[in-house]
Amino acid sequence: MFEPIKVSLESLNLVTLAPMLIAIAGGLVILVLDLINSKLHKSLYVMLTILILIVDFGATIGLNVNERGFFDVMLIDGISIISQLLIIVASILFTPLALTSKRFHEYSYPEFFALFLFMVAGFQFMVASDNLILIFVGLETASLSLYTLIALHNRSNSYEAAVKYFTMGALAAGFFAMGAAVVYGLTGSIELYQVAQILSVRMGETGIMAAILGSSVLLMVTLAFKLSLFPFHTWAPDVYEGASAPLAGYMAIVPKIAAFVVAIRIFGMYIDLGIEWVRIMILILAIVTMTLANVMALVQEDVKRMLAYSSISHAGFIMAAIALDTTEGTTSIFLYYALFMFTNLGAFTMLWISRHKVRRFDERYDHPYSKFSGLVQIMPMGAVIMALFMLSLAGVPPFSVFWGKIYVMQAAVNAGYVWLAIVMGLNSAIAAYYYLKLIVYMFLKDPVKDMDTVYYNLSKPLMVVIGLAATATIAAIFYVQPLVSYLYYMISASGY
Amino acid sequence: MDNILSVLIFFPAIAGLLGFVVDKKSARAYGITVAAIEFLLSLWLWFSFDTGNAGMQFVEMIPLIPDFGVNYYLGVDGISLFIILMTTLMTLIGMVSMSIEKDVKNMIITLLFLEMTMVGVFVALDAIVFYLFWELSLVPMLYIIGAWGGPLRVYAAVKFFLYTFMGSLVMLVGMLFVAYVYHSLTGVWSFAITDWYALVLPVNYQLWLFAAFFLGFAIKVPMFPFHTWLPYAHGQAPTIGSVILAAVLLKMGTYGFVRFSLPMFPDASVMMITPIAVLAIIMIIYTAMVAYAQKDMKQVIAYSSVSHMGIIMIGIFAMNAEGIGGSVFQMLSHGIVSGALFMLVGIIYDRRHTKLMSEFGGLASVMPKYAVIFGIMLMASVGLPLTIGFVGEFLVLLGFYEISPVMTVLAGTSIIIGAVYMLSVYKKSFFGPVTKEENKTLKDLTPREIWSLIPLVAIVIWLGVYPKPVLDPINKSVNAMLVFMEEKAITAEAKDIIKVPQSATTAGEVK
Repeated sequence: MFEPIKVSLESLNLVTLAPMLIAIAGGLVILVLDLINSKLHKSLYVMLTILILIVDFGATIGLNVNERGFFDVMLIDGISIISQLLIIVASILFTPLALTSKRFHEYSYPEFFALFLFMVAGFQFMVASDNLILIFVGLETASLSLYTLIALHNRSNSYEAAVKYFTMGALAAGFFAMGAAVVYGLTGSIELYQVAQILSVRMGETGIMAAILGSSVLLMVTLAFKLSLFPFHTWAPDVYEGASAPLAGYMAIVPKIAAFVVAIRIFGMYIDLGIEWVRIMILILAIVTMTLANVMALVQEDVKRMLAYSSISHAGFIMAAIALDTTEGTTSIFLYYALFMFTNLGAFTMLWISRHKVRRFDERYDHPYSKFSGLVQIMPMGAVIMALFMLSLAGVPPFSVFWGKIYVMQAAVNAGYVWLAIVMGLNSAIAAYYYLKLIVYMFLKDPVKDMDTVYYNLSKPLMVVIGLAATATIAAIFYVQPLVSYLYYMISASGY
Repeated sequence: MDNILSVLIFFPAIAGLLGFVVDKKSARAYGITVAAIEFLLSLWLWFSFDTGNAGMQFVEMIPLIPDFGVNYYLGVDGISLFIILMTTLMTLIGMVSMSIEKDVKNMIITLLFLEMTMVGVFVALDAIVFYLFWELSLVPMLYIIGAWGGPLRVYAAVKFFLYTFMGSLVMLVGMLFVAYVYHSLTGVWSFAITDWYALVLPVNYQLWLFAAFFLGFAIKVPMFPFHTWLPYAHGQAPTIGSVILAAVLLKMGTYGFVRFSLPMFPDASVMMITPIAVLAIIMIIYTAMVAYAQKDMKQVIAYSSVSHMGIIMIGIFAMNAEGIGGSVFQMLSHGIVSGALFMLVGIIYDRRHTKLMSEFGGLASVMPKYAVIFGIMLMASVGLPLTIGFVGEFLVLLGFYEISPVMTVLAGTSIIIGAVYMLSVYKKSFFGPVTKEENKTLKDLTPREIWSLIPLVAIVIWLGVYPKPVLDPINKSVNAMLVFMEEKAITAEAKDIIKVPQSATTAGEVK
């Protein structure tokens, strides 16, 4: 006879699951509401989504650090809390972008918001576990929702983007499964903390390096796909271009935070085990990614594609911090994304509000540079704010991204990688060129069509979002201190 | 008012923000008033400045990011005091003389923001705050060159921005490394320059850091061979842009050498005397010869301005009170004189819409007042005794004579070649018969132009005859810096070369 499995509810520590369950339940509530009354306006769903995310935020921030739960697959350490908080905040900030003055197809379906919440839950699972299977489940939940969200933007190149992303994502998922299988075959465990213990005992064995190489390369490929690192970045510009601006901006932040957390957990472990070539591999990937993406961004004719390459380059910049494997390095990843989030939100929102239903300036692109030429004469305030975001992205002080950049560079210097800091600095100088290009168009050229309403899609809620992003970008100097000390505390508490 | 430095920084910025509300037609009067108040505030700073004190005064310190050692840390000493005064003066005069009609309001607002960043650079005592203003100053200048410049303005503006941006990012890595070393030695994060002064670094660290800072500063100066952005920037910039660029922005580079490189890396600085002096001499002679070959009056002034920056560089690396004090004085004189010369070229350009010397000739008979003022400024530029240009140049050469007489002679040729090209400009444009029909009806200086130039003429002559009130505080601070550099130097060679003045008497009385 089978013994009944006895598990006390207490040991499950179900509160660790609460944040994700709130998001999922919220998504279901939205679906049910639609079932009851299908004529509700999108503004209701937007507000509901924000409220659910706020509750989610509250549940996450209340979690105790360094707890495990639910058969020990959930891991609530400092990293998982701060990354969940970042994911939720970014989601809250990007949701109101649905409230445009023009109607866009996807937002008229409540399913959009339900899927959005499922995606958030997926990302939260992904960062709140060190179990390779749960990470995989979270990754796939989030990714599948994201593919659908992209495709909902009812345009031929959105379908193309979604399918491209899906195919690439499926391939990456395959690699992840294989990598996890190798890890399991090697150690008999898929819990990273057990893997680390077993590997540290077996490090001396002959032939084990080949197996470790196999697993780390396979896992690296997956994460490189998700982080759009060279040479797995080719999908990114097309997907960004096809996706609506809010989603493109969102993709530049949230999936990357989640993937970075997984990368920190996996590769941080390998580096801690003293496998030096993992570090070298990451460094090479990071440097090639940031340089190549910068060079590619120089020749783009579309602002959104330029921003896509720029976000690839930013990801490469941050990837280098993983190779440092110091507390400061890890802090810098989160600080960078926390600061980058607002600027990126602002830049993509500016693109979003300038979006017309049909392409009016160029056959091929929605946001060619020429669309913005002479903007300062048409909409001075809009031009100044957009320039602000560009300067921030370029790393001009005192705007937000600058503080992230110097923290990363300081972490590199502290870890003894002065040359890396110099490479980062030179890359920032290259990057400044393409950000300047937009500023040059906006301020130093004459408008192509005079008095054309560039900001066609503007509405009050979007103005609030832009105002918020601009304020956070300018005033970064005043909140960097509490942010750094909180992040540093949380990360050092979880032992990274 | 203990927080006068903060007031000096943020008053123009707040005025700039409020300026958005001011009506277009009144923008100019608004700008001039604000700049005048700012100038009066800086005069107040001078009068309440304790000239007997060589250290930092009016120090303000507010922690910004304590975990990271970044503080809002300001202070002023004899070295920076007069550069601040020059900055506010040149901004005021530049605004008064400004002849731009297009988008005046945008220009005024941009200039006010630029003034904030310029004052900020010279009063910052925290490396990150310094870097912040340093980088931020690029943005308004980019806009000024790019929006009001000549036909190649976009290229010139972007080149200016990227060139300086790249150099300063390398410098930023240098700063981060110093902070790291400071942290590993003391356990405290600090970006305060005064803390960094106390740091005795091994020679190889000094050399690398010197190189990193050098790249940032040298591009700004601009040292040969990093000077290529400057002729473009000057050639395309509107008059006001050139005035501010030559008078103030270039001084940021030389000021950086005095504030950072020398006191932080005394040994490396001593080792680098010869290479830098060679570069500076190439810069002096080569750009002077290029200046002679120019057909465009503004380009002559631009190259002569680079050439004179070489004198400042040589003086800084003389490592004695005469040289460094003379350099700081020369920064002021260069700012006033080349600023005035650019204004003068702008005046003739407004009338004739050309800067080619071949278009002029015999201007002295048509525009006598203009010719007189141009002549005085030109004399000051070549360093005629009893003008401001002489004092600095003389002290610099005197100072560098102790390092190398041969190189001093070579550097001294700048006076001769300078006289050659400047006088030939004067001859071609002002003397001889009036050859062109258009030139016969040119109007002489308007009252506005006269009133913007007269103060500069007065300063040129006043400080040429009696430089003591300015030289004394400068020398006090320079002496203090030298004493401290000598103590800090670790190699015998450096201790030998850094000359600490025996008495506290001022070098200002050598004349």
